Amino acid sequence: MRSPFAVVLALATALTLSFLILPIVAIFVDIPPGRLLDGMNDPAAVDALVVTLKTTLVANIVILLVGTPAAYWLATNEFRAKPLLVTAVELPLVLPPAVAGIGLLAAFGRLGLLGGTLDVLGLSIPFTQLAVVFAVMFVASPFYIRAAISAFESIDPALPGAARTLGAGPARTFFRVALPLASGGLGAGWALSFARGIGEFGATIMFAGSLQGVTQTLSLAVYEQFDVDFDVALAIGAELVAVSAFLLLAVKLVPTWTRSTSPSTTLSAPFASR
Amino acid sequence: MDTLDLTLDHPLRSFRLSVAATLGRETLALVGPSGAGKSSVLRAIAGLLGPERGRIELGEETWLDTDAGVDLPPERRSVGLVFQEYALFPHLNVRRNVAFGGRERVDELLERFRISHLAHARPGDLSGGERQRVALARALARDPSVLLLDEPLSALDAHTRNVVRGELAELLAELRLPTLLVTHDFEDAAALADRVGVIVDGRILQVGSAGDLLAAPADAFVASFTGANLLHGTARPGLNGLTEVVLDDARLAYSTDEVGGRVGLAVYPWEIALARTEPADSAVNHLRGDVRSLVALGNRVRVRVGPLTAEITAASAERLALREGEPVVASFKATAARLVPLA
Repeated sequence: MRSPFAVVLALATALTLSFLILPIVAIFVDIPPGRLLDGMNDPAAVDALVVTLKTTLVANIVILLVGTPAAYWLATNEFRAKPLLVTAVELPLVLPPAVAGIGLLAAFGRLGLLGGTLDVLGLSIPFTQLAVVFAVMFVASPFYIRAAISAFESIDPALPGAARTLGAGPARTFFRVALPLASGGLGAGWALSFARGIGEFGATIMFAGSLQGVTQTLSLAVYEQFDVDFDVALAIGAELVAVSAFLLLAVKLVPTWTRSTSPSTTLSAPFASR
Repeated sequence: MDTLDLTLDHPLRSFRLSVAATLGRETLALVGPSGAGKSSVLRAIAGLLGPERGRIELGEETWLDTDAGVDLPPERRSVGLVFQEYALFPHLNVRRNVAFGGRERVDELLERFRISHLAHARPGDLSGGERQRVALARALARDPSVLLLDEPLSALDAHTRNVVRGELAELLAELRLPTLLVTHDFEDAAALADRVGVIVDGRILQVGSAGDLLAAPADAFVASFTGANLLHGTARPGLNGLTEVVLDDARLAYSTDEVGGRVGLAVYPWEIALARTEPADSAVNHLRGDVRSLVALGNRVRVRVGPLTAEITAASAERLALREGEPVVASFKATAARLVPLA
């Protein structure tokens, strides 16, 4: 006879798992696989996939190329305003998406802060594909930058120091020592940021709109199609589930040695190893 | 031949680091307790720490001159720095670690340090002694003009330490580079260095050969750091030209050193003889006390008698049948009683 407490635990676990898994399973089994594939071939779905791939690719390249050196600089310099700057980087994480959208409009919109300047340059960002990229970068990059700062900060400072005394300049030290040692943390942070970017909805719909083939991403298309053709909405949902599941697995499988490579952790027990 | 010339002045947490030294083809060891500023000296020479004021020159080449605004980055200073815990790159194998400093001599260095068979191993899989050899090989791969060693033996266990100490002494003798080594262990310093400087709170108290420091410690700290017993007392001129010291426990001791006032009386454990009864020999200092502890160290025994620690042979301890709690007489000559003034 099991104790009542064990039964409660088992019930709670069963309830949690079925509640979380059921909607995801439902996406795949609600309609026959044939219709799911047809849905994926719907022009709206294909357009959304192309828009998403393009904007996500550009946004993530910029996040990695600009965010990584910025995070390295923030991690390796100490100054009084640093906590303030790091908080500023983290703020978009907790901002409601609608606020992010209105903020982007206020900054880059026609009547926004930089609107006049951009107008002179012949640039109009809102409701273009560039606006999608901006929205994704604004809401997703903090996930990456925050993880990158802590990945760089957790490197034993003796290691870059050793690289310098061995003749490596700051750039070589960054590429040969800091970057490989932080790669585990960078990869995990990037996967989170990528997932957030793929799922981006609120800021995009306010700042970029939902124009099929232009600014309508997969996430927006799910919402749009749900009124038009539920099967297509399900098909797009299935695509997003696949991408997210793949990312989650990738994060879990990031090689662990790159994350715990401080020599002090190994040297605290110098003879434990072979 | 290039000499390394340095003067440094830099505020550390609770004191100022204020150090000057000149090194030819020799090994200078800076010995001192943890937090004395030893590692900061090495970091400043390597360029990893920018001192508030200072000048560092290697021969004609100026690495640092704060007055003239010269401060070469670490990669432009020809130093080989071996970090305390070696700081091997965990993501690179042994060969790549060594090649990081310079590719030309990798094979020769792997051979020289007997680590060729470990070329493809990662640092995480090496023993402490192996890591130390990789760190040395890597530091030398750049063909440095100055070698800096930060506590090179402290990460090793006692057995490996003795072996590595011998190897390191041979290596330093062979390289004949200006070498600055820091350690908190006087024995390591004595075994590895031509000259030893005792550094406390950012200042070098005394520099000399290990023998000089043992024979004439400049102050109480140097004396106790070199392993001497240190008894506090007040010195005054006594009979026969000796100095009489009234120890703080009211006992009397005599020294040939001529110092007055508050003093520390330093006597090394191996200069103290033990006997069951007061011997009629040339020693003038006889202190009675009970044996407080006996610790065997191979063929020697460390015996604590009252405030003193004596080191005698295991055979003598056997012959005297020493036991804890029993009274003995500790004797040492007035010439072995070194007096150092106390502040």
